Amino acid sequence: MSDTAERVQKIVVEHLGVEADKVTQDASFIDDLGADSLDIVELVMAFEEEFGVEIPDDAAEKITTVGDATKYIEEHKG
Amino acid sequence: MRRVVVTGLGLVTPLGGDVETTWKNLIAGKSGIAPITRFDVSDQKAKIAGEVKPKDHEYGFDPDKRVDFKVQRQVDPFIVYAIDAAGQALEDAGLDNMTDEEKERAGVSIGSGIGGLPGIESESLVLAEKGPGRVSPHFVHGRLINLTSGQVSIKYGLMGPNHSVVTACSTGAHSIGDAARMIKDDDADVMLAGGAESTINPLGLAGFAQAKALNMSMNDRPEQASRPYDKGRDGFVMGEGAGVMVLEEYEHAKARGAKIYAEVVGYGLSGDAYHVTAPHPEGRGAELAMKMALKKAHMGPGDIDYVNAHGTSTMADTIELAAVKRVLGDDLSGASMSSTKSAIGHLLGGAGAVEGIFCVLAIRDQVVPPTLNLDDPDEGTEGVDLVPHKAKHREVNAALSNSFGFGGTNASVIFKKVD
Repeated sequence: MSDTAERVQKIVVEHLGVEADKVTQDASFIDDLGADSLDIVELVMAFEEEFGVEIPDDAAEKITTVGDATKYIEEHKG
Repeated sequence: MRRVVVTGLGLVTPLGGDVETTWKNLIAGKSGIAPITRFDVSDQKAKIAGEVKPKDHEYGFDPDKRVDFKVQRQVDPFIVYAIDAAGQALEDAGLDNMTDEEKERAGVSIGSGIGGLPGIESESLVLAEKGPGRVSPHFVHGRLINLTSGQVSIKYGLMGPNHSVVTACSTGAHSIGDAARMIKDDDADVMLAGGAESTINPLGLAGFAQAKALNMSMNDRPEQASRPYDKGRDGFVMGEGAGVMVLEEYEHAKARGAKIYAEVVGYGLSGDAYHVTAPHPEGRGAELAMKMALKKAHMGPGDIDYVNAHGTSTMADTIELAAVKRVLGDDLSGASMSSTKSAIGHLLGGAGAVEGIFCVLAIRDQVVPPTLNLDDPDEGTEGVDLVPHKAKHREVNAALSNSFGFGGTNASVIFKKVD
């Protein structure tokens, strides 16, 4: 797992209280990890803080899986 | 006429994370008041409180038992306490496995005096330091007072009336009284009723200290700081926690063979129409509330055996006592009266509910809890049994619980043994 993927996984575990092994890159925040739309807003804020990236609302709306988040962060972090 | 009885109890207090631990400690004369551990108090005038203890403490509270991890992260502690106390009460009543139909007739009436002050404080700092884009999306619904009843209904699937009282320190008593009326009015067969509070945070503590409401002279002797009716009293000590009881229509409870603790027989309400923080000097509002409760209960002064006083350890204690004397007689017609705030501090919006539960337990066990630290009783207390220092075994057939709040809002509730 890349460094980014590991840090993303850690944030998801801390926020959603799910087992780390369930936080795979394919996992959907809503369908697999029990998040609701507000949890995703909070997760996006946490990713922005952790990685120093800005994730605009239209990009955030397209992030539905853990992998989507990891990919966006890797492409946009400085 | 539909009668309302108490069939389940739940408590989270500075003396325990459940009913029996709290009650055992209270009757043993223990104090839950100690130096504040949750944040740095070096620049605060008041440095002590009745904190709910962490789970590794001898009588601590474990939020993981009944409150989901995600909910704990999203809401202020008063909501966590309310959810847990509600769960305890449902389990105690044997109602934790209701059918969908029964759940439609079961509601919630849990209020709070102030609500999510710690979260309001911390998110204001986030706003100031990091800007609006960093404010939590859970900020609003994690702080709102009626999310006590909201979260409880969501967790336990209760689809009856969903109500939250906000009447400062009378909240818990009004919540119980209003819920009892909903059952009487056939809005529901079962109501979870109570109050919750957690404002032991820098802003809450400073606010009450600036209003000159708190004890600030006994930071070095926390267990002695709450001393209702004592000459040396000089302000209340803040507590936190929640109390929730299951109220149930009598025939409904009987039909399912439920354990019945007591009946809610009287409820009185009034306003002081006087001052924002000080009670009316003659306690007229308090008197009106007590008289109304007695009238509703079809009771006379000699029928009350125990009064759980509002008794906050402020100058208002003797005003309340004078009002109680006018209602029950100079010797209270033989009733004992104590303030359990001497042991757990003032739970504000949770106080009336927790103290109502203490009344119910006094009826169950035929014992009245003590007023701690009553070393030098103030003038006007002569001839009144204020249960100093030690709990007292005595007959308790009926108990009256008083609660008075900022704004001049008063409530009295009477509980009676069911034969």
